[in-house]
Amino acid sequence: MRIQITNGRVVDPANNVDRNTDVFVADGLIAGVGKAPAGFNAEASIDAAGCIVCPGLVDLAARLREPGFEYRATLESEMAAAAAGGITSLACPPDTDPPLDEPGLVEMLTHRARLPDFAHVYPVGALTVGLAGQRLTEMAELAEAGCVAFGQANTVILDTQVLLRAMQYAATFGFPVWLSAQDPYLARSGVAHDGEVAARLGLTGIPVVAETIALATILHLAQETGARLHVARISSAAGVEMIRAARAAGIKVSCDVAAHHLHLCENDIGFFNPHARLDPPLRALSDRDALRAGLADGTVDALCSDHTPVDDDGKQAPFGEAEAGATGLELLLPLTLKWAHEMKLPLVKALARVTSDPARVLGLAAGTLGVGRAADICIFDPEARVRITRERLKSQGKNTPFLGQELAGEVRYTLIDGHPAHTPPL
Amino acid sequence: MNSNPQLNKHGELQHLLTIEGLPREIIAAILDTAAPFTEVAEREVKKVPLLRGKSVFNLFFENSTRTRTTFEIAAKRLSADVINLNINTSSTTKGETLLDTVDNLSALQADIFVVRHASSGAPHLIAQHLAATGRDHIRVINAGDGRHAHPTQGLLDMYTIRHYKKDFTRLTVAIVGDVLHSRVARSQIHALTTLGVPEVRVIAPKTLLPTQVEQMGVRVFNDMREGLRGVDVVMMLRLQNERMNGALLPSPQEYFKYYGLTPDKLDLAKPDAIVMHPGPMNRGVEIDSAVADGRQAVILPQVTFGIAVRMAVMSMLGGA
Repeated sequence: MRIQITNGRVVDPANNVDRNTDVFVADGLIAGVGKAPAGFNAEASIDAAGCIVCPGLVDLAARLREPGFEYRATLESEMAAAAAGGITSLACPPDTDPPLDEPGLVEMLTHRARLPDFAHVYPVGALTVGLAGQRLTEMAELAEAGCVAFGQANTVILDTQVLLRAMQYAATFGFPVWLSAQDPYLARSGVAHDGEVAARLGLTGIPVVAETIALATILHLAQETGARLHVARISSAAGVEMIRAARAAGIKVSCDVAAHHLHLCENDIGFFNPHARLDPPLRALSDRDALRAGLADGTVDALCSDHTPVDDDGKQAPFGEAEAGATGLELLLPLTLKWAHEMKLPLVKALARVTSDPARVLGLAAGTLGVGRAADICIFDPEARVRITRERLKSQGKNTPFLGQELAGEVRYTLIDGHPAHTPPL
Repeated sequence: MNSNPQLNKHGELQHLLTIEGLPREIIAAILDTAAPFTEVAEREVKKVPLLRGKSVFNLFFENSTRTRTTFEIAAKRLSADVINLNINTSSTTKGETLLDTVDNLSALQADIFVVRHASSGAPHLIAQHLAATGRDHIRVINAGDGRHAHPTQGLLDMYTIRHYKKDFTRLTVAIVGDVLHSRVARSQIHALTTLGVPEVRVIAPKTLLPTQVEQMGVRVFNDMREGLRGVDVVMMLRLQNERMNGALLPSPQEYFKYYGLTPDKLDLAKPDAIVMHPGPMNRGVEIDSAVADGRQAVILPQVTFGIAVRMAVMSMLGGA
């Protein structure tokens, strides 16, 4: 189908574009920006007056809960949420049940996800069998089945020799290794940042050193093995500083932060709000500020939703017993805009952190409106204010600390390979 | 969820979940209400009819015969019907959820839930759930949640201090022991700072103190002798058995030597200092018998006052 998107403000960080112009889509690809290709006649047009036209968002962490946790979410519900959130590509962590440690499971998932309304799914394979941290997975086979990177989701490899070998093996094939940084001993039974709020509420704390010690280990091993390391969900100011120093020392490392951690801190736990139970934990206000600044200056490469749908039973429990995680697909864009607005960042720079930058981390030619690329496009009204309610959320997970709040930025259209996956209600 | 859920919109006590955020006037009102109740126990008929026809459910998700009994006595002296439920569930044995249990019991026309739970925040969750389901006529009293709070213990401690020392604004109070794991300590700290005690000290080895405990308005001492110097009140905390040998402390013997309250250490406090303990005591671990049974100990009066304070809280919440 040939579509002409008119009257919008095109913001395309990959090509450093920010101007009012038209975008032309043909055969699922971007056929032109500003100038129609020869002989283009549109079959349909989208009036994007008052809207931003940008590349579809690329999310580095979205749990789809398949296979294994279909009672929490299904591919259908979460893909509808992704489209409603303007997300057209997403990486999913391997912590499904069973974990993504066999090519067959990965093929099944990518096959199930191959529908026109669905975002492109890029599975992160398990680095070790069963995520148990003992035996390497068949990474090369898994890569052929569609895995773009290998990781341990929120678990860690305790045995540092296995970790070293896993990174060496991944480096052999040039596969990126995605790891979260949390020392399991220091984080033992922890449910909140080890600070003032945990002290007051009597919650078991997870100290910042749990992050920095684990981070030191994986940074050293990245240097040793030459593996391409991506640190998932950095949470502390000290962590951001270590990434900055490691990069200055020439270590190949990228990292991301979850959208919640840009806006919330330990104080948002209030009186035991289970929606503020997240992994890694929300840390001090100074940590939050360092994450915001680190993302702005590029030390932190990308912003992700860390989408984790949890059912009501999982959240309606005392704080420490509640399951960690928040739904995020439909909040990624508004939370990006909120950060940009509060930091007074140009839109083209802010949107880079959810389009071209995560695409670079993934090694994908996505997150761009470059001519000839897939027509993955998000059209949103940056001024429209949206109240986050259970009814509005398409995700099966209604768990978000932003429930009831009003955020600016409403997605009007999401095109995936030129196909309208999300359109305004009639 | 972020406003203080234990006060109603007129600022009146709706539930008793924690001492944090309770206005000084409410604490004083509870202590004042408790005073005449101490006399009820002296009467031949130890009963007043304030809660006649009301049902008090003791919901104990964590075992505690002692605390449960004091609530039971308090409720019975107020003429309430008392139903004791020991619901031994750990988070690992999945069955009926906490809120399912609450729903079922509120269908049995409960007026007051007295809740003890191993997880910090469980009584808050119950109070929020009752409000969200239109049953906020049921009142919740926290009888101890995880490491978070034990407000009636904190209040009975304040009653005891007031009884012996009268004026809070001239006192130096030391809390000694396992502050990290203690809901009692947290409630004591909030109560003492709210009532205007100018210096609240905590004394413990670093392994038994929460990070940033000083943010709660206390002065930290690692040396017990230094910390006890010149204090008016010594509040001892119980050290749980499972914490005595391991990564927190090497042995009960070493703990006793450095952090046990012995007569010679107590000599550093003011001569008229009182010694308190929430019970049950570990003699020879956190406290020497000579001190526990000594003239400065007010540990048994604490227990007696505890009944009156719990009667006060229940009558204020449920007497409407």
